[in-house]
Amino acid sequence: MTEGTTKSEGVITRVAGPLVVANGLAGTKIFDMVRVGRLRLLGEVIEIRGANYSIQVYEETEGIGPGQPVYPSGEPLSVELGPGLIGAIFDGIQRPLDVINARMGPYIVKGAGYPPLSRDKKWHFQPTAKEGGRVAPGDVLGTIRESPLVEHRVMVPLGVEGELTYIEEKEATLEEVIARLRPERSEGTEHEITLLHRWPVRQPRPTYKKLPPDEPLVTGQRILDTLFPVVKGGTACVPGPFGSGKTVIQQQLAKWADADIIVYVGCGERGNEMADVLLSFPELKDPRSGRPLMERTVLVANTSNMPVAAREASIFTGITIAEYYRDMGYHVALMADSTSRWAEAMREISGRLEEMPGEEGFPPYLGSRLATFYERAGNILCLGSEGRKGTLSVIGSVSPPGGDLSEPVTQATLRVVKVFWSLDDRLASQRHFPAVNWLTSYSLYQPVVDEYAGKRIAAGWRENRREALRILQRESELEELVRLVGIEALSPEDRLIMEVARMIREDFLHQNAYHEVDTYTPMEKQYSLLEVVLRFYTQAQEALRRGIELDRIIDLPVREEIAKLRYIPVTQKEVFQGVLDRINEELSLQT
Amino acid sequence: MTYREYLTVKDVFGIKDVFGPLVIVEGVEGVTYGELTEVRLPTGDIRRGRVLEISDSAVLVQVFEGTLGIGRDNVRVRFLGKGQEIQVSRDILGRVFDGEGRVADGGPPIIPEKRLNINGSPINPYARDYPNEFIQTGISTIDGLNTLVRGQKLPIFSGAGLPHARLAAQIARQARLLSTGQEQASGGTEAFAVVFAAMGITFEEADYFISEFRQTGAMERAVVFVNLAEDPPIERLAVPRMALTAAEYLAFELDMHVLVILTDMTNYSEALREVSAARREVPGRRGYPGYLYTDLATIYERAGRLKGKKGSITQIPILTMPEDDKTHPVPDLTGYITEGQLILSRTLYNQGISPPVDILPSLSRLKDKGIGRGKTREDHADVSNQLYAAYARGKSAKELAVILGEGALSPTDRLYVEFSDRFDREFVQQGEGENRGIEETLDIGWRLLGILPRKELKRIRPEYLDKYYKRVSQ
Repeated sequence: MTEGTTKSEGVITRVAGPLVVANGLAGTKIFDMVRVGRLRLLGEVIEIRGANYSIQVYEETEGIGPGQPVYPSGEPLSVELGPGLIGAIFDGIQRPLDVINARMGPYIVKGAGYPPLSRDKKWHFQPTAKEGGRVAPGDVLGTIRESPLVEHRVMVPLGVEGELTYIEEKEATLEEVIARLRPERSEGTEHEITLLHRWPVRQPRPTYKKLPPDEPLVTGQRILDTLFPVVKGGTACVPGPFGSGKTVIQQQLAKWADADIIVYVGCGERGNEMADVLLSFPELKDPRSGRPLMERTVLVANTSNMPVAAREASIFTGITIAEYYRDMGYHVALMADSTSRWAEAMREISGRLEEMPGEEGFPPYLGSRLATFYERAGNILCLGSEGRKGTLSVIGSVSPPGGDLSEPVTQATLRVVKVFWSLDDRLASQRHFPAVNWLTSYSLYQPVVDEYAGKRIAAGWRENRREALRILQRESELEELVRLVGIEALSPEDRLIMEVARMIREDFLHQNAYHEVDTYTPMEKQYSLLEVVLRFYTQAQEALRRGIELDRIIDLPVREEIAKLRYIPVTQKEVFQGVLDRINEELSLQT
Repeated sequence: MTYREYLTVKDVFGIKDVFGPLVIVEGVEGVTYGELTEVRLPTGDIRRGRVLEISDSAVLVQVFEGTLGIGRDNVRVRFLGKGQEIQVSRDILGRVFDGEGRVADGGPPIIPEKRLNINGSPINPYARDYPNEFIQTGISTIDGLNTLVRGQKLPIFSGAGLPHARLAAQIARQARLLSTGQEQASGGTEAFAVVFAAMGITFEEADYFISEFRQTGAMERAVVFVNLAEDPPIERLAVPRMALTAAEYLAFELDMHVLVILTDMTNYSEALREVSAARREVPGRRGYPGYLYTDLATIYERAGRLKGKKGSITQIPILTMPEDDKTHPVPDLTGYITEGQLILSRTLYNQGISPPVDILPSLSRLKDKGIGRGKTREDHADVSNQLYAAYARGKSAKELAVILGEGALSPTDRLYVEFSDRFDREFVQQGEGENRGIEETLDIGWRLLGILPRKELKRIRPEYLDKYYKRVSQ
């Protein structure tokens, strides 16, 4: 980091956990980064009252005391953007955890300061713009093969415009000049462009225009894609009590979502979960390219035992990196697990600032802070003359205390997100995973996805989805009835509905994340699976009308075949057709 | 005291305020956050404490052993210029310490090999190795359904009057690692070293553990820290940190596999609440401070394995749920940090089923990585999922039968009811000295699944059904 020399140094007057108060910092602005104490811990100015500057410190403050110095930097908390982000793992303030581990051992020692991106590594820069051409912010100057899956597009930074006087194919480090441009008006100095630049995390990166979303983010999870889909550029939240499978869903999405880039933010969660991601992603293959998933992933990990202020920053660090790749024209998906821990970090800092608390001690600005985060998602037209499109989808998990969804973080989140995947304790304890409750969840993107899938997958997509939801809704009503009068009192038609609902639940919605085939279901197969179950239903209704006993229908051997279909790869189309034929056969021959 | 230490020490006479476990000291310079302090009374008594907050004019100190006898001008406060430390060496094995880390078994003092700050440093997630080695505890509900793996933190959520202590002791006694066939053949591998931290529990309960360790010979490889119910509550805040610092030393410097038992975390959280209330902080749910989650995480997250290190730390925290309510802040926040939970049920216990593990809300998040071919048995995951699903269905059918009578159940549901009843009696129920191998546990599972017709068993892959399933004739 470049530390300014013109701002005056401050002196600490108070220390309370992660909050430090200093004075004498004239010239320093709010949200500026500072270095605190003799250990030079990283901090951020979050309040200025008269001569008193309140600083949240991103590291454990043991050993810091009044009288120690504070060094201003003169710039806001920023992240480094450039090649080398893909495949990396950072903490909440973008310190490279792999480098810290290599240099300092398995524990994160205070004051560890290494640049986030390697200064030594050489990248092969391939220009696409020509000398003499005019370029504006967002225009692509050239490309770098950042990983086998990702082509890094080097863009003209914001506020720079003019004629290219120099650009060259070369092996360049991050700080080497790869292009120069002469500004239009001022005859003054030329701009030098390197592969590295910085961006303040709390400021959204600009776009040309926001567009309404128009295609689904395919996750391969049947209950999500078919019943409650999310779109590219959309927002979703996953609230649920502990043990209901939030993290498994987030990791499934990180593994299988059809985005080009995944940014996974582990915010105040378990260290072992991050270890799992770190160890399994290099092994797991992207279903489309067959390459390791790590080659399209950026990890930000600020686990629960790491300093709380850095947890507050981690969400912004993650989304700024995600926006950077979106600006290159990629489909980016950001998973934040969990936004509740982020909100709690805010609450803790707010408490130390002695701010007037809102609901349950959370600061009153909780809602607006959450909204500014989710609103950074979107389907956008990027800056630059080519009219690139990029998307940034945001999926946040919420951990409501005691599973009570009326708590402030869940409620504030529901006001801004469009998809609600409600995780259910009861389903989880029956080991029905993903434990998404089909009666309470919703997606406001259904029309968009219906239209898309109706054209690309099958015309009956919308009808099947509605029918499935109708059967499940009817089942819950019938269950009430059964609880009062017993199953025997139901008509055969209603009992058939109960049976079919069970098939939808067990053979379609239930999905085993640890089974090699079942873990990912393409949309075509999702359609075929549901189609088979619904075909069974229509034909069984028909058979009932012809006077065939319900028990005989329930005991048909084809039902076991249907249950096995989810483990059949999508390529074996003849198996699905075979089962459809058998349904026909077994149900029509019975007299 | 060395000369260098002498230079960093600051002394001050008299204090300004005393309230609850806290004192405020004025007129001292150069004090830092988190520093260890000593409050010296005229009687010669020394109370230790920690700096919680400092401003130019005043220092807020939390006194571990309580403020009894402290007045405004009868004491001298000394700031030691360092954080709270514990002395460790290989000789801590087999010893008992009090809540201050002092020898409490009447034996000779420890000759320290090194002094370690009890707060530790956060483990870099990049340095973690994923826990995936099966620990056989010999208890079916754990091994079969909520498998414990090395490096996991798996708490026991209990209630007043439930046998959590006996369950924890049984785990400590029987836990073995079965990672390779060779080790399996030689009858298990080396046992775990046990670090036991008692926080605010009764003398009898602490004594139960210690004499249990002594009788089974486990004491030789155990380290015990005891803060009893009558001891100062504030001391409890340091006890789990001392225990984990000792455990980290044993695991990552002496290559041992360490099982840490922390009991009772509810008492710990109450001590935290007491300090928070004395500081007049904005309270969160039920008066617990808003940072309870972060604070608990700094304890629980000290479990795990590290790449390139042989040892490991497995944690079994025990907590009692007030009114058996798992949405109470302490179990709730614990559940969000730990990798699952074992929940004890009063209903089961009253039916005479012991250990009364209620499997439906219990969970081991790391189970899937620790089981299967080469670790336990190929069919383990499927069997366990099927047992869960069938037991859940049996339980809800039983609820229905309570309202409508047995007659209202379909024939299949009646089979599920029989299944869940026998499951409680044959799978969950197990003697305190009964050490079941994993094969035995799975075989009991298959025997019970035999009550159900094959087409009901949708969670099990067909090839395993072919191999293991046998219908029990009615």
